[in-house]
This record gives sequence, structure tokens and C-alpha cells, in this order.
Amino acid sequence: MNSENPIWALISTFGLMSLFAVGGAAAAVPEMHRIAVEVHHWMTEKQFADAYAIAQLSPGPNVLIVTLIGYAVAGISGALAATLAMCLPTALLAYYVSRLLNRPSQSRWPGLIQAALVPLSIGLMAASALILAQSTDRSFVALLLTATVAAIASVSRINPLWLLLAGGLLGFAGIV
Amino acid sequence: MSADSAPAVQEPDQPIAHTAPPGLVALFLAFARMSLAGFGGVLVFARHAIVDQHRWMTADEFNETFALCHFLPGPNIVNLSMVFGSRLRGIAGGVAAFTGLLLPPTLIMTVLAMIYARFGDVEVLRRILAGISCAAVGLLIAVVFRMMTPLFKRMDAVALILMLGVFVAIGVLRLPLQAVLLVAIPVSIGVTYLMWRKAA
Repeated sequence: MNSENPIWALISTFGLMSLFAVGGAAAAVPEMHRIAVEVHHWMTEKQFADAYAIAQLSPGPNVLIVTLIGYAVAGISGALAATLAMCLPTALLAYYVSRLLNRPSQSRWPGLIQAALVPLSIGLMAASALILAQSTDRSFVALLLTATVAAIASVSRINPLWLLLAGGLLGFAGIV
Repeated sequence: MSADSAPAVQEPDQPIAHTAPPGLVALFLAFARMSLAGFGGVLVFARHAIVDQHRWMTADEFNETFALCHFLPGPNIVNLSMVFGSRLRGIAGGVAAFTGLLLPPTLIMTVLAMIYARFGDVEVLRRILAGISCAAVGLLIAVVFRMMTPLFKRMDAVALILMLGVFVAIGVLRLPLQAVLLVAIPVSIGVTYLMWRKAA
């Protein structure tokens, strides 16, 4: 451990990582693991796996695994620094790009590019759903629960939170 | 005029006109609420709140804005809060949505980090979390279906084939993301350009 402020290490690490995280937070997880566990030894293998589970299953964006990593490195200030470093630079970039694309012009390119990205975007999300289902639905009952929730949420306007609570109850009862 | 024609029957989840733009406090609260409801990912709740509940955007507008955020680097939903907020209310709206999305869950995560540092793992908690994650995957599948609906309604065969191609390449064949996008993005832009030229 050197004497340099660990906060700066967090800010530079996650600030840079966010700009290369093409494909969203899920795509950045392997790189987070490499840096937090292998390069800096901020966390053990098990701590990282637990942090991933907590981030997946807590309210808020899944990218907030960086809050947990930041806390492990430097307490509360580390948690806040890591979160802002990961989220603010790309949010500002997105703001400027969206303004650029929305500027009224004679060109049809902005609309064309956005329209072209829609099907790819949906395909990526469907792939995420498949990959997540393969790691979550390892029993028939679990698969049934996922399928039931998907069906109910597709045809009704029920608040999704109720479906999650139902899943939690079934887990608590030891059914799933 | 554009090639889009007005649908004969107004679908309940695709209003033609939206409601008035929300105020800054309303934006902050709306994003805070969808963020706090968003176990296992916020997108499900964001779509529900923005399109179905508040009707700030149509399903097509949501898809296009989301697609943009998906292909920029960084956490999609965070980008989305900034872009959605600023489209509705300028840069102040972007900051309000961004802060609403991140502040409450960051505080919760910090508390969870403290708890985790003290108490490692409890068996009952792990079982509950397993049930929640099954339901969370189901919700994600439902969002994918709802996002596909506009493409099906237009019988947009090219878009559906592109969508299926990306799904198979990433989800089934597990090809590297960058490689897939390097092929899919130029192909999709090229095909969309040809279609638009033919329609014009």
C-alpha cells in the first residue's frame, strides 16, 4: 500500500472505466473484478462475489456495485467518490450527444441512426435476459416463477414491486 | 410528412400526445421512486413510470432514447436519467433526474456495505434474494416483449431480423460484444438507410 490517497485511485480508476464501459454496467463487471481483486487487492474473491449479488438485488442501478467497492477501499467518502466517478462523466457525455442528435437540422442522419440502433438494443436486452435466466433459473420451480412473472407483467399494469415481493416471499418460504 | 401514419385506434400504452413536462421536483421524485423500486435493475421501472404511468414519452420515443443510451459508454440507466431529464426540462431537469436516480440508492448501498462489513452471510436472506432475482428476470423478459411491440405492429421484418441476430450472437453464441456491434451497427444503419430511401 503506498501513501497516496486511495480516493484518487478510485476516482481515476472508475472515471476512466466508465468511458470504456461500452454495453453498460454488466459489460464492465469483468474489468471491475480485474482491477479490484487482481490489480489493487481492494477485495477478496468472495467479497467481490458478494458485492455483485448485493448490487444485483438492491434497489437502484446495478452499477452501484462500485459503491460497495469504494466503501471497502475508503469508507463512506470512498463509496461516494467511486459512485460519482463511475456515473457522472458518461452521463454528461450522453447529455451532449443527445443534444447534438436532437438539434434541428435538414439532415435525416440523427433520426436514422437512432432508428437503426433500436432493434440492436432490444436484441442485447433479450440476450441479457437469457444469460441472467440461465444463472438464476436452475430449478423447475424457479423457471416457472420467472415465466409466470414475465406473463403477468406483460399483460397487466401491476406495479412490478409486488411481483418482486412475491418472489421474495416464495424464497423465504423455501419454495423457490 | 413522415411515413408514419396515425394509428386508427389509440393504444392505451402508446398515447399520441403526452402530458405536460414535469417540474424539477417531480422529476427528482419520479426517478428516486423508480430507482428505489428497481430491484435487479431499474430499466423495468423506468419504462413503466415514463411510458405507462406518467406518459411523458411514447413507446417509440422511449425505445429511441434508450437505444442511444445503450450504445454510449457507461451505465445505461444513469445515462438515460440525464438524457430523459434534459429532454423534458433542460440541463436542470437532467441533473434533477440524475440526482434522484442515484442519491437514495447510493445511501442505501453505503448502509448495506456497513452491514455487510459486520454480518457476513445469513441463510434466510440468501433464500429471499434468490426468489427476488427469479422474479426480476421475469420482469426483464416482459420489458423486452413490450419494447418489441412497436416493431411487430409495423411488421418491421428487417428490424426483427436484426434484433434476432444480435440476440443469438450475444445470448446464445456468446460472441464478444465489441465484435458483434462492430458488424451489427454498420449493417443496421446501412439497411435502415436503404429502407428510408425506398420509402421516400
